[in-house]
Amino acid sequence: MSQTMWIILFGAIGTYLTRIGGHLVLSRFKSIHPRVQAGLDAVPAAVLTTLVAPAVFNAGPAEWVAITIAGVIGWFTGIMPMFIAGAAVIIALRSLFGV
Amino acid sequence: MILETTHSRLPQFLRGARSSVPVLVAAAPFGLLFGALAVDAGLSIGEAVAMSAAIFAGASQMVGLELFGGHVAPWLVVLSIVAVNFRHVLYSASAGRRLWRWPPLKKAAGFFFLTDPQYAETERQAEFGEEVTFAWYMGMALPIYALWVIEAWVGALFGNLITNPHALGLDFLLPIYFLGLVIGFRQRSFWLPVVAASAAGSIVSYEVIGSPWHVSAGAAVGILVAVLFSPAARKVE
Repeated sequence: MSQTMWIILFGAIGTYLTRIGGHLVLSRFKSIHPRVQAGLDAVPAAVLTTLVAPAVFNAGPAEWVAITIAGVIGWFTGIMPMFIAGAAVIIALRSLFGV
Repeated sequence: MILETTHSRLPQFLRGARSSVPVLVAAAPFGLLFGALAVDAGLSIGEAVAMSAAIFAGASQMVGLELFGGHVAPWLVVLSIVAVNFRHVLYSASAGRRLWRWPPLKKAAGFFFLTDPQYAETERQAEFGEEVTFAWYMGMALPIYALWVIEAWVGALFGNLITNPHALGLDFLLPIYFLGLVIGFRQRSFWLPVVAASAAGSIVSYEVIGSPWHVSAGAAVGILVAVLFSPAARKVE
């Protein structure tokens, strides 16, 4: 097996361990402390925000307009209309103004 | 009861598959890009496909590619891939609470597919008071996985066909999608302080320590704020 395939194999094993590890560790405890509970409840919003904020911070006017419109639509409707509207606005602005 | 569950499996699976649609669209450019870059970095088409199939985590695969090119020790490449994926430990601990009824083998299989959107949609299910069934979970996971592997192959074959990904807005589709998921959690207690703290933390760490470490660092700030200050955490004392 090539060195590349060994790296892929061990990278895959390590990645799988991160995906099952948190659960294996946590399931050893019979009860979850309220602070841990509160922290875990915050995980989705906390992690997902980090995938948005720097991208928006380092973007330009076209992206800011698109994400604002998408955000407002998302707040009042659902994720699908929001996603389609955001994509439409970003494509339109970039092709119109080349920004 | 047994009849009921067998009958409800297919609709559950299809409902999961419907949740996968925005992810399929948003992730496609990255799946293709990975295949194209992999061949560029000197991997064979088979190795590119194997990497997507075995690791199934986009950002870490890209980081792996960057290091394949240089003269980096193999163990360090592996370590970097795992470090980028370390955030999954949090997903696993948090989502595991939704899957606790599953038998061990289903759990073992399910956690392999625990990507960012898979985790987020799992939490959304719980948010709506729906049970996270294995059929729903796989209905979402399998289309994402199948396309991810196929995209590595297609990207490796025809890497240079997308000449202007910027004009198609491809680089900004995932942030829009992820913002949609963030908004979906707005009913949770202490949502705004957590989002504000994570946003500030991730922007600062993105500028200071760089990608992809801003994900773990920024999330840690938001989680810490919840642990220290949220009403749910404070009412024990």
